[in-house]
Amino acid sequence: MKKSLSLLLCLALVATMTAGCSGSSTSSDNSDVIKVGVFEPLTGANASGGELELEGVQLANQLHPEVLGKKVELVVADNKSDKAEATTAAARLIEKDKVCAILGSWGSSLSMAAGDIVKSNKIPAIALSATNPQVTLGNDYYFRVCFLDPFQGTVMANYAYKTLGAKKVAIVQEVSNDYSVGLAKFFTDAFTKLSGDASAIVSTGNYNTGDQDFNGILTNIKATNPDVIFAPGNYTESALLIKQARALGITCPIIGGDTWETNEFITVGGADVEGAVMSTFFDDTNPPTEAGKTFVAEYKKLYPDRQNVPAVTALGYDGYMMLMDAIERAGSADPQAIRDALATTTNFEGATGVITINANGDAEKNSAIVKVVKDGKFTYLDTVTITQ
Amino acid sequence: MVVGMTLSTFLQQLINGLSLGSLYALIAIGYTMVYGILKLINFAHGDIFMMAAYFAYFGISVFFLPWYVTFIITILLTMLLGAGIERMAYRPLREAPKTSLLISAIGVSFLLENLATYLFSGKPQAFPEFPVMTTPIFVGGLSIQPVSIVIPIVAFFLMTVLLFIINKTKVGMAMRAVSVDYDTAKLMGIKIDNVISSTFAIGSGLAAVGALLWCMKYPSVLPLMGVVPGLKCFIAAVIGGIGNVKGAVLGGLILGFSEVLMVAFFPSLTGYRDAVAFIILIIILLFLPNGILGKKQVEKV
Repeated sequence: MKKSLSLLLCLALVATMTAGCSGSSTSSDNSDVIKVGVFEPLTGANASGGELELEGVQLANQLHPEVLGKKVELVVADNKSDKAEATTAAARLIEKDKVCAILGSWGSSLSMAAGDIVKSNKIPAIALSATNPQVTLGNDYYFRVCFLDPFQGTVMANYAYKTLGAKKVAIVQEVSNDYSVGLAKFFTDAFTKLSGDASAIVSTGNYNTGDQDFNGILTNIKATNPDVIFAPGNYTESALLIKQARALGITCPIIGGDTWETNEFITVGGADVEGAVMSTFFDDTNPPTEAGKTFVAEYKKLYPDRQNVPAVTALGYDGYMMLMDAIERAGSADPQAIRDALATTTNFEGATGVITINANGDAEKNSAIVKVVKDGKFTYLDTVTITQ
Repeated sequence: MVVGMTLSTFLQQLINGLSLGSLYALIAIGYTMVYGILKLINFAHGDIFMMAAYFAYFGISVFFLPWYVTFIITILLTMLLGAGIERMAYRPLREAPKTSLLISAIGVSFLLENLATYLFSGKPQAFPEFPVMTTPIFVGGLSIQPVSIVIPIVAFFLMTVLLFIINKTKVGMAMRAVSVDYDTAKLMGIKIDNVISSTFAIGSGLAAVGALLWCMKYPSVLPLMGVVPGLKCFIAAVIGGIGNVKGAVLGGLILGFSEVLMVAFFPSLTGYRDAVAFIILIIILLFLPNGILGKKQVEKV
C-alpha cells in the first residue's frame, strides 16, 4: 500500500516536473556548453575548506573537460560561509547562471541552507564533504559522495573507547554549526552505548563560529578531568581551542572530525595540535581504487610542493566525476534526467572508494580513515570499517 | 556544576575574565574617544583593529622584521590609517547630519573588510608565536600565560597615559574643549581638524596595541576578526558611559568578567555567551541610560 502510494507520488512529481521544466531543458540542450555550478565558501570562516574542495572539482574538470561532446563550464559561487548567503548563492546559480547541476558545499549547514532551493527548482546537487544526515534527508535532489555523521561519530567513539581506553569524555561543540552538533550527538550516543555508562560524557561545552576565546569552557572541562576531549568543529576555532587547552595544562588527547584536515589547522595550531586525531575520507598514501591512484598522481603533478592530498579535494574530484558519469548515462544535460541517473548510480569507481547511491541519495560507505597530526603533517593512523 | 567548582577553577576563570576584559577595554577606549569628540560611533573601529593585526602579521611573517620594529610600525601605520579614514570619510561630512557620518562609518567598515578579504584572502593566517608570552606558568592548580598578566598591565598603563594626555596636556585640553562645545572651541582658535585627527590617531593606536596583544593570545588573523570584538567593545563603551575613558575600561572589564563567569556558572548556556553582552547592554540602558560613568545624554543610533 505504502509502496504504491509513493510510486504514485513519484509519478505525479515526475509529471509536474516534465511539464514545468520542458522550456528550460530544451534551451540548455541546444547550447554547446554544459554549465555546472560549484557552490563553496571561498571567504569567511570556512574558506580553506571550500577552496580545497573547489581545487578537486577544478582538477577533475581539467582532466575531463567534456561530456556528451560539449564543454563543461564551471560556474563558481561563493557562499561566504554564511547560511543566508548560501541560499542567495544557490538561487543565483540556478536562476541567473542556469546551471544544470550543483556541486557543494563544504559544511553541512551551508548545504542544508541550499536544500530547499535545489528541491523547489528541481536541480540536482551533490554534497561533497557535508556529512550531516539532514543534507539529503527528505530531499530527492541532494546527493552526496561522502560518509555520514552517525557513522563518523561511531568511528571516533570506537577510537576513543577501544584505542585510547577512555572512560570519561568531554565534548566541545560549535553550536551554530549543524555538522558539529550532529556529530557530537552521534558520538555521544555511540560512546555511551559502547561504555554502557550513561554518564560517560562528563561535560559539554558550546561555542559559536568565529569565537576565539575558549578559556572559560576549557577551565570547566579541566575541572572534570576527562580522559579524552571530542571537539568537532571548524578548523580555526578548533586549532585555537587546542592551543588554549594545552596552555591551561590539559594534557589528554583531543580528537575531532573531518573538518580539521586543512592546512590552517596546522599553521594556526602549531606545535599544540601535534597528536590531534581526526576521522576523514581518504588516505593519499594508499588510495583504495585505480581512480584514486590517478587522482593522486594528477594532484601531485598540479601541486608538486604540497605535502599531502586533502581528503575533501578527493571528494570534490569524485563529485564532479560522478556527475559526469550521470550526465553520460542520462544522455542529456536535462536536470531531471541527471537527477534520475544520479539516483541510480551503482558501483561507480571514485577516488575515495566505490560509490553506490542509496534510496536517501547517500553514498554507501562503511570505512573511514583515522589520521593524526605528526611532525606538522596529517599522517595515516588507521582504517576503520564498521558494518551495520 | 556550581557546587562542584573548586577555588582553583574559580580563580582560573577570574584570570581568564581579567585578560579578556582588559583586551575589550583597550579597544573600547577608541570608540569612546571618537564619540566624546565627534558624537560619532566609529563603526570602522573593529576593522581598524583587524588591519593592525594584518600589519603585524605581514611585518613578522612576510617581511621578517624583528618583533619590536614590527610593533612600532604596526602602531604607527594603524594611527595613520585611523587619521586617514577620518580625513577621507568623515571630514568632508563635518557639517552634514550625524546620520550621514554614521552611514559613512559603516561604509568604511565594509570597505576595510572586503578590501582585506580581497588582498589577504578569506583564509585565516597564523600569527607568529611568542613563546615568552604564551608558555604557561603553573602556580598551584592555576595555569597563567604571561600574556594574560601583561594585557591588564598594558591596558591600565595606557589608560593612565591617556588620562594624563587628556587632563594635563594642551592637546588634551583642546580635546576636552571640543567635546564640550564644538563651535565655541572653534571660535577660541582651537585647530579643530588637528584635534580630531589626533583623537583618531590615538584611538587607532590603542586598537593596534589591542590587536597585538589579542593576536598573541588568539593567534589567527582573519578579515572578519574585528567584527565581533568591535561590536562587543562598542557595547563595553556604552555600558561604561560612552565618551568617558574610565567608563570604557570599566565597561570592558564588566563585559569580560560577565562572559567568562557566565560560562563558569552556567556551562550549558555557553553558546549564548555573545547574547550576554547584549543583555547587559539592555539592562544598563534601561536603568542607567548614560552608562555607569557617563554624564551626557546618549544619542540614539
